[in-house]
Amino acid sequence: MLYFDHCASTPPYDEVVQTMMEVMRSQYANPSSLHRLGADADKLIERSRALVAQQLQTTKGEWIFTSGGTESNNLAIKGVARQYQGRGKHLITTQIEHASVYESFKQLEQEGFRVTYLPVDRSGHVRPEHVIEAITDETILVSIMHVNNELGTIQPIEEIGMRLKQYPKILFHVDAVQSIGKLPIAIEQWGIDLLSGSAHKLRGPKGVGFLYLRSGITLYPLFTGGTQEGKQRAGTQNVPGIVASAKALRMSLESQTQRNQKHASLKSQLNSIIDDIPELKRNGGEPSSSHIVHFSYPGMKPEVIIHMLEQHGIMASTKSACSSKDDKPSRVLLAIGASHEQATGGIRISFGDEHAERDIAALGTALRLVVEHLKPLERRLT
Amino acid sequence: MLYDQIVLRYGDLMVKGRNRNKFEKRMLEQVKQALVAYENIAYFKSFGRLYVKLNGHPYEPVADRLKDLFGIVSLSPVRSTELDLEKIREAALTLMQALPEKPATFKVSAKRAWKKFPHNSQEMNHLVGGHVLRAMPDLKVNVSKPDVELRVDIQEEATYVYHEVIAGAGGFPFASNGKAMLLLSGGIDSPVAGWLALRKGLEVEAVHFHSYPFTSEQAKDKVIELTKRLSYFSGEPIKLHLVPFTDIQTTLVQAKSDNLIITLMRRAMLRITEQLALRNGANGIVTGESLGQVASQTLPSMNVIGRATQLPQLKPLIMMDKHEIIRLAERIGTYETSILPYEDCCTLFLPKSPSTNPNLRITEKIESLIPSYNQLIAAAVEGTEELLLTPELQTAVQSAGEDSWF
Repeated sequence: MLYFDHCASTPPYDEVVQTMMEVMRSQYANPSSLHRLGADADKLIERSRALVAQQLQTTKGEWIFTSGGTESNNLAIKGVARQYQGRGKHLITTQIEHASVYESFKQLEQEGFRVTYLPVDRSGHVRPEHVIEAITDETILVSIMHVNNELGTIQPIEEIGMRLKQYPKILFHVDAVQSIGKLPIAIEQWGIDLLSGSAHKLRGPKGVGFLYLRSGITLYPLFTGGTQEGKQRAGTQNVPGIVASAKALRMSLESQTQRNQKHASLKSQLNSIIDDIPELKRNGGEPSSSHIVHFSYPGMKPEVIIHMLEQHGIMASTKSACSSKDDKPSRVLLAIGASHEQATGGIRISFGDEHAERDIAALGTALRLVVEHLKPLERRLT
Repeated sequence: MLYDQIVLRYGDLMVKGRNRNKFEKRMLEQVKQALVAYENIAYFKSFGRLYVKLNGHPYEPVADRLKDLFGIVSLSPVRSTELDLEKIREAALTLMQALPEKPATFKVSAKRAWKKFPHNSQEMNHLVGGHVLRAMPDLKVNVSKPDVELRVDIQEEATYVYHEVIAGAGGFPFASNGKAMLLLSGGIDSPVAGWLALRKGLEVEAVHFHSYPFTSEQAKDKVIELTKRLSYFSGEPIKLHLVPFTDIQTTLVQAKSDNLIITLMRRAMLRITEQLALRNGANGIVTGESLGQVASQTLPSMNVIGRATQLPQLKPLIMMDKHEIIRLAERIGTYETSILPYEDCCTLFLPKSPSTNPNLRITEKIESLIPSYNQLIAAAVEGTEELLLTPELQTAVQSAGEDSWF
């Protein structure tokens, strides 16, 4: 089997599974308990937090542990909007955000916020000048993803962050769920105020998210309850998950450069295979992350391709896993100006550490066979 | 490398006349100790100064460490050059061109300490300044308020060109003025008092009273962190005495003199500390008291409390305002730890109206009626735990769980 769906989730490191098991077995106390076992569990969380801060080189803020990328995004966006709405009720984001960001903004619109959804160019990138042009006196938050989860396009976060430094009252949130462990991020130098991450995207366990919060920012909490996580996120912490996630983050970052190099060569290999199959059309332009390749078979239902690839032992994905079960055209592909046909037929291949050249070659063979097989049925299936 | 050396200037110890040699030697040892992690650093002593030769190390982290050492009034990263006009001009220009922020105005302040150099200070100002101006035409001279003051220090062994003067921590080198015990509660004041004591060249040993189970383990962790921070400044390990105070405290509470309880406790602490001082060769007790801050820190209270010991009590914060103490605590990096919310033993059993004017006779009477008072003091001294702390020691958080889990 070849698993090409690392954007959706990744196989955890063996060491991470080991940590998870050992901590789960021995550190079962509630980290908020006053007794020694509770204090021990609490210290494990703080050690994990310090490791995350050290790995991502932040010194001027706190890391909050959440239940995942979706919660981190929800907490950052709704937390900022609701907390600082007295300063203004205008928010800026893009048309290509992940559902957990996009739908958070949709919900805030119903609460009376005004949201600008910035367009992207045909290559799938937002323009920094558009961000600046969209700013009004009422703007309190700009939220832009680092790496797009469908196309893999890298957004100009550094430039946007630098330009936003002139607007100290506007907070800058970055959804880095797809980029942590893949690309370097200089959170504090780039002027990022909030940043979301997710452990299971970087070979950690599911159920743990990270949220960076520059000091001085308070969030309106999503949950009411206890005073965990600096009162920003009520609920008993997932101790084994958090410790294992910190480890996964460390391991991912330590191998980031090699991973990036290796993926870049796999990506160029796959790109030329796709370019040789006239029925397939690659989506999104450069710069893009080296671990994602996205293409369409216009006019072909993507599920059919996914299932046929599966018969060859290959796991790939249509659009974002979080919205793959509706059959509407991809919002992201429509945003880059793709036709309805192309936007419905998107396939995403995302690599991981286990892949080598021969796996891409096998994928190429399978793709050619699938296309050959489907070619006569074109348009009759849609 | 723009800068090849850092020059350290001594402060108070210059006034010490005959003892100067001893202090300078102590200073050198201290600097060497602080920079032990850097390979190939060399030292050159001259009158009132110490030159640290970086041998390729970037100056920033070294300067950062040295500015926190005691006995140094100021330091400057310098570019050294031969005693040759052209070489000096070249060094001056290199430095000016490397400034991260382009200045609009500057002036040259040359000082010819080595009188055999052919040009005097005044001439050097013009010779170096003119050279820089020719190469950087946008620059202007401003002698009263320049953006950059370029200094040229002509010594016998070399000429040093620099512009930055970083303030040092001042004071005396560590342990050049004897040893004292420091009462360390975990609050904001006592670490600051400890830092001021260290700065005056006192070696300190910290004493902390805990009343487990009335106080928590975290309160102890906090004091360990504070002591580690202090030992960063001293550059030497600091001993922390952890005194079991539960029995004394519960006995005193039962003496039914609520308004005197703090007075009685503080006196017991001084007695225990005095014995620890004797055992450890210390000649005084440093406390974080500040006049009038709380009931036990009024003058009448300090009079009654202070009589429990014969040792001199040093109170560096006595005339400072709280906000000044807080500012210092922030500067030395103890504030964040101090405000962690764990109770120390002084806030336990706090009476509604502690006496601000305790009566010495009554206090002594109460103590004499406590059956095993001296035994309790002796037991506390005997039960004291000692920890030797250095800044590198891992915190309770850093050593949580198994290393393999991370």
